[in-house]
Amino acid sequence: MDLTTIVILALTGALLLLSVIKDRRKTLAALRVAYKGFVRLLPSILAIILVVGMIIGFVPAKWIAQVIGKNSGALGVAIASLLGAVLFIPVIIAFPLARSMLDMGAGIMATAAFITTLTMVGFVFLPLEIKELGRKFAIARNALSFVAAVVIAVVIGVIIR
Amino acid sequence: MSGEVDSGANGRKKSFRERIRWDYTILFLLIPAFVILVVVFPEKGGLARHVAWEYFKEMAMILPAVFIIMGLVSVWVERGFIVRFLGEGSGVKGVALSFILGSIPMGPLYVAFPLAAVLLKKGAKVANIIIFLSAWACIKLPAELMEFQFLGWKFTLVRYVATLVVVVALSEVIGRFFFKQGYEVPDEALDGVEG
Repeated sequence: MDLTTIVILALTGALLLLSVIKDRRKTLAALRVAYKGFVRLLPSILAIILVVGMIIGFVPAKWIAQVIGKNSGALGVAIASLLGAVLFIPVIIAFPLARSMLDMGAGIMATAAFITTLTMVGFVFLPLEIKELGRKFAIARNALSFVAAVVIAVVIGVIIR
Repeated sequence: MSGEVDSGANGRKKSFRERIRWDYTILFLLIPAFVILVVVFPEKGGLARHVAWEYFKEMAMILPAVFIIMGLVSVWVERGFIVRFLGEGSGVKGVALSFILGSIPMGPLYVAFPLAAVLLKKGAKVANIIIFLSAWACIKLPAELMEFQFLGWKFTLVRYVATLVVVVALSEVIGRFFFKQGYEVPDEALDGVEG
C-alpha cells in the first residue's frame, strides 16, 4: 500500500467518524448514496481493469515507442495523440515509456502530445463518463482535450527547440 | 430543477435499447475474452493478469473511500456553498479552487466522474468542473516528480504551464459554447442526491 492510499483511507475514515458523531442519520444517508454509486459503477470499473490489463500485456511498450519514434513531424504528433487517446496506461509506465520514445528518435512534440492525450482523453472510460456526466459533456470534454493536447504539444515544440 | 429531472426519468416508457445494461454486457463479453487471451498466450497473458490484479487491488482500496467521500459531500455540503465557491459567479477563485481540488492525488480520472457529478448537481459551473477533471487527469504531484525524473525539468515545467493555460481556456470554451442553456446531470447518475 503506497502513501497516497494510506492518506486517502485515513482522511475518509476521519471524515466518516466526524459525520457519525455529528449526525447518525445523515451519515447513513451518505453511505446509501456511496453504496448506490459504487454498485452502479462497479461493472464499468471491472471492465476498465480488464482492458488495462490487456493493453499492457498485449500492446508492448517497445512497439509504442517504435511507432511514435519512427514518425517525426506532424504525422508523429497525430499518431502519438491518437495512441495516447486510445490507450490507457498508468503514469508509472507512461513516463519511462516517453523517455524511451525520445531515445528512439521521437520528437519532443509527439512525446508531449502522447502524454497529454494519455492522461486527459480516455476512450477506455468514455462509456463511464457518458453515464456519469452525460453524452454531451463527455464528448465535448474529450474532443476539446484532444485539441488541447495538440496545442500543448506545439507550444512545447516551439519553446524547447 | 429536480422535479423536471424526475419526470424525465419516470414519465415515459424506456425503449429496449435503454433497458440493456451495457456495462454488464461489456463486462461479460470481456471476461471470456480476457481468459482466452491469458490461456492462449501464457507469457503476455501473465503480464496482463498481473497488471489487472494489481489494478484491482488498488481500486479495491481506493474506490470505497472515494464513494464515501462523494456520499458525505452530497449530504453535508450545502448547495449554496458550492454555488458560492464553484458556481457561475465564483470567478478566479473558483478556477483556483477547482485546480486545487483536482490536484489532490486520489487515483485515475474515472474515479473523479462521480465526484464531478455531485459538484455539478449542487451548482458548480461547467467550466470549473472541466478544470477540476483536467487537473485530476494530468496535474498530480507524484506524477510530476516522475515526469521530472524521466523527461527533465524543462519539459515538465513547460508542459505544466502550457497545460494550465490551455485547460483554463478550454474549459471556458466548453462552458460558453456547449452549455449556454445550463447543464443537467444525467437522471440515473445520482440517485438520492439532492441538488
